[in-house]
Amino acid sequence: MNALYTVFVDPFVQMGAQPDFFLQVLWEGSVAGILYALIALGFVLIFKASGVFNFAQGIMVVFAALSLVGLYEAGVPAWLALILAIAIMGVLALAVEGLVMRHLVNQPEIILLMSTIGLTYFLIGFGEFIFGGEPKVMVTEELGLPTGSTVLEPPGLGREGGPGLIILQHIDIAAAVIAVVMVTVLGIFFNKTRIGRALRAVADDHQAALSVGISLNQIWAIVWFAAGIVALATGIMWGARSDVSFALEIVALKALPVLILGGFTSIPGAIVGGLIIGIGEKLGEIYWGPLVGGGIESWLAYVIALIFLLFRPQGLFGERIIERV
Amino acid sequence: MLYREAGQFKTSYAADQAVFPLREDRVGLVLTLLVAFIVVPVFANDFFLASIMIPFLIFACATIGLNILTGYAGQLSLGTGAFMGVGAYAAYKLTTFFPEANIILLVVVSGVFSAGIGIVFGLPSLRIKGLYLAVTTLAAQFFLEWCFIRIPWLYNYNASGAIEVPQREAFGVIACGPAADPLTRYFIVLCVTLAITFLMKNVIRGHIGRSWMMIRDMDIAAELIGIRPLYAKLSAFAVSSYICGVAGAMMVFFWLGAAEPSAFSISLSFQILFMAILGGLGSLMGSYFGAAFLWILPVLLRFTLPGLGIDIGAETVQHLTFMITGALIIFFLIAEPHGLARLWQIGKEKLRVWPFPYG
Repeated sequence: MNALYTVFVDPFVQMGAQPDFFLQVLWEGSVAGILYALIALGFVLIFKASGVFNFAQGIMVVFAALSLVGLYEAGVPAWLALILAIAIMGVLALAVEGLVMRHLVNQPEIILLMSTIGLTYFLIGFGEFIFGGEPKVMVTEELGLPTGSTVLEPPGLGREGGPGLIILQHIDIAAAVIAVVMVTVLGIFFNKTRIGRALRAVADDHQAALSVGISLNQIWAIVWFAAGIVALATGIMWGARSDVSFALEIVALKALPVLILGGFTSIPGAIVGGLIIGIGEKLGEIYWGPLVGGGIESWLAYVIALIFLLFRPQGLFGERIIERV
Repeated sequence: MLYREAGQFKTSYAADQAVFPLREDRVGLVLTLLVAFIVVPVFANDFFLASIMIPFLIFACATIGLNILTGYAGQLSLGTGAFMGVGAYAAYKLTTFFPEANIILLVVVSGVFSAGIGIVFGLPSLRIKGLYLAVTTLAAQFFLEWCFIRIPWLYNYNASGAIEVPQREAFGVIACGPAADPLTRYFIVLCVTLAITFLMKNVIRGHIGRSWMMIRDMDIAAELIGIRPLYAKLSAFAVSSYICGVAGAMMVFFWLGAAEPSAFSISLSFQILFMAILGGLGSLMGSYFGAAFLWILPVLLRFTLPGLGIDIGAETVQHLTFMITGALIIFFLIAEPHGLARLWQIGKEKLRVWPFPYG
């Protein structure tokens, strides 16, 4: 009875006792969720257009951010470094398409997945070889991104009805805005433009797309480039909150449960999934974590996804999986 | 000339179903075993045994475990490292409770615990597959890693949070702990790995192995012709986790001597997965090839590059290893998706018709 109370009642009592802290946790969770969602967005882009599950998206985030910071440290002005970093992601996209994906057309998806794991390893080695393994500081101010924070003191939300205290980092707000802009732009790109239609055609049926004159190779280079730009944006945002280091790569694995929740092919799904995972794991860590000794953030996301999967194997927004024999 | 089946007639069903139907293969096997049991122990020094042969055999064993699940049953797993960890911690707890027991027996039993955990995390595979399943194995990986850190009972409440292997005996010889002779450890690891290989070779040829492969090739069709996915998938998870668990226990007890939870992190899972892919998914022989290749490659790089006049540090070697591994994975997936094992196969085919390839 006591155990039930500590698990099912006590955390909610804590939430009610300090609403401002609860709101702060919610905010932190949403921001983390948005960053997961940005990584997931890169996955979705490539999966939608080629059916490749791009495991390397996480390392692409690190690689993009490192190129930017590395160039800046080499004396290149921040704006030029940003453009060059975009160019590097473009070269990477062409290389991946020309050297890897082109040769793996029509292979089973598990082979494609493993090739991106190989790509991940290559990029880890390559990145460390060039930029070194030490964490670097993101050039937040030089890029014109806001720093500092706003302190809100909503009355009546604090402990015992006193004034509350919520701290909003400006960079987090910027991250949220950028995420929203990016999703909107990508949504328009996919649904309204010529290339977007071609992308959807390729995703639907490779052969049919080829027969009406859509170049698969060109389309793939474009999506990898788009995913590279998303990776760069994610890298900047994430780097501004902590350091730019290869540890991010493990964090990027969190995008997998996000994708599972959202469904592999849905852009809004990636955002909603990201928010659910981000908020879920922060709430879990703060209010339920102490019951089992803390640190549950590392696996809670996967378990949430696992439970969802058992009930809805195609995710929240995914297309229904139909199998033929 | 050297390798062909001409003139070797099979006169009984037993001969027809032999694991190695060709005399040349049997001779090759005996020679390999002779090398493993006599030549290596006689000529190798302690360094070679302890840092090349023992890890190679342990990784080969773990790779066989993963190959059962991913290569034969077609269920992609990213949680190998954690299952190896379960084996290691189980062996550690067992030897704490039964200090007098034969350590080899305990290591072999510890795999049972790992198999149990494997079945639990294999349950979702009945409903989901492919990439989705990979995520559930990630859940296993991170959850179990967390358990190794947060449950002090597992490492006997010691301050360092790591498990340290005590001195234990097997058949009256010191088998593990700081005082154990590398040669003894080598023989133990060799015997266990070979026994597992032999067992698996026969399981795969039989009813269970064939049902795994049917599930891999097309699960719905397999179900329609009477394979029960429940048994087939869960048995693959159990057998695979058992072997990984034993490999993990051997890794700590006969190689490392002590291990922190980070030893069983996701990078270990990936390392084993790469060995399986490079060696060849769905091949036991390939597991040995893959493990040898990926374990010896960094050593080779470290010793040959300075010899060529290129001076490099240990860090650079590591980066180069990463790059070469990644590039090789991609190369093999494009050029030869069946890995080194298929190259071996092709070599044998060529040898059969040599010296008249068009005859």
